Amino acid sequence: MYAFSYQRPTSLAEAVAAIQADEAKLLSGGQTLLPTLKQRLAQPSVLVDLSAVPDMKGVAAVDGGLTVGAFTRHAEVAHSDLVKATIPALAHLAEGIGDRQVRNMGTLGGSIANADPSADYPSAVVALKATLTTDRRAIAGDDFFTGMFETALEPGEIVTSVRFATPDKAAYAKFRNPASRYAIVGVFVAKFGAEVRVAVTGAAGSVFRVPAFEAALAANFKAEALNGLSVSADDLNADLHASADYRAHLVTVMAKRAVEAAG
Amino acid sequence: MPCTVTMTVNGKTVSREVEERTLLVTFLREHVGLTGTHVGCDTSQCGACVVHVDGRSVKSCATLALQVDGATVTTIEGLAAADGALHPMQAAFREHHGLQCGFCTPGMVMSAVDLVNSNPSLSEQDIREGLEGNICRCTGYHNIVKAVQAGAEAMNADQAAKIAAE
Ligand SMILES: Cc1cc2nc3c(=O)[nH]c(=O)nc-3n(C[C@H](O)[C@H](O)[C@H](O)COP(=O)(O)OP(=O)(O)OC[C@H]3O[C@@H](n4cnc5c(N)ncnc54)[C@H](O)[C@@H]3O)c2cc1C
Ligand code: FES
Ligand code: FES
Repeated sequence: MYAFSYQRPTSLAEAVAAIQADEAKLLSGGQTLLPTLKQRLAQPSVLVDLSAVPDMKGVAAVDGGLTVGAFTRHAEVAHSDLVKATIPALAHLAEGIGDRQVRNMGTLGGSIANADPSADYPSAVVALKATLTTDRRAIAGDDFFTGMFETALEPGEIVTSVRFATPDKAAYAKFRNPASRYAIVGVFVAKFGAEVRVAVTGAAGSVFRVPAFEAALAANFKAEALNGLSVSADDLNADLHASADYRAHLVTVMAKRAVEAAG
Repeated sequence: MPCTVTMTVNGKTVSREVEERTLLVTFLREHVGLTGTHVGCDTSQCGACVVHVDGRSVKSCATLALQVDGATVTTIEGLAAADGALHPMQAAFREHHGLQCGFCTPGMVMSAVDLVNSNPSLSEQDIREGLEGNICRCTGYHNIVKAVQAGAEAMNADQAAKIAAE
């Protein structure tokens, strides 16, 4: 790692001030950022550690959903009785991230700000009609992910919390990379009354919805409603783990599994 | 710029001058001299570096010492009793041949203890999934799983004896 200085602000205002410094970088759980720094792929002047900022941690029930603080660790979401009772699919998703030690450090805010194409949380943000709150505004989950490792965040903007809407039914099914546990393809299906959302992660540069699946499931919320439907392999990721065609195949399989799990 | 970091390591308060970029594993091994915590991969994959921070298992190669300033840290050296008697999980690894070269063992034991603390009735599947962050290139895992099952039973028995004694 290149040398940097370090700050641990104790209020959001202090964090906002600290992150204005040239080449300053936010540090949340560090599970992505520290390996990046160890490889000398970035050279920040200062790390602004968010761990002591109050009001960025924990889960709270709000009208029609749940608010999860950006600094809430994956393990806390996975084990939260409130999440398990309100949106069990979200707890299940969090429990499937990486391994136990990664879940004990990694956070929701760090995961979505990083916008890894294979990360799990982006699918929940889109499928569960989330709204993100930052130090300066609210951003609709639908508008947040703009590309591979790219988001709608402005330089120095801090995500403080994410509000997820409670669906009638939902489930997340992922075909994981057996070594890293990242999603080769992950599909989050959520039903809100007559509306169904299907959000796919891992398959392309960024999370996307599948309108044809959504319409079929809105008419008949059964796995067989997806028989014969598939996404095009054009523009899907291809790497040593899976070809684009295989990923396209997995999108339908994982969507069916999610519908079955949602019940 | 050097800065001071202070934490409780295996029950003792330790304070050292470090650089901001000093990793927790470097702090433990090179500044405090506790070399039981190993570095296998240095890329967050293998779990040889697992220690407990405020009771939760973390990979110390992917954590800055400054991130845990003020915290309570337990390393493999902190598990045995003051008289040297092995922790039940350490004893179970020895008894059930849960190690060959031993390089992964400190991390395996620390992960296993955290696992049992969070769920006293682990199934074999729970153990295999709970140890996903730890890689062993010698044993083939079967004896590690057996050791953790036995270690869990011994830890639960110890716990029950403690409660009965109170
Ligand atoms: C071995 C391993 C396996 C993994 N497996 C998976 C997996 O299966 N699925 C998965 O989804 N992820 C996986 N991850 C990634 C993991 O979930 C990380 O925790 C996550 O991507 C980053 O979260 P963090 O809190 O560690 O963020 P950090 O590493 O601290 O930060 C990541 C980035 O986000 C920025 N940032 C952090 N917080 C904020 C904020 N509040 N506002 C704005 N920007 C912010 C930082 O500046 C940095 O650029 C894995 C990681 C490892 C090491
Ligand atoms: S040395 Fe930390 S995970 Fe391998
Ligand atoms: S005993 Fe050799 S790596 Fe596990």
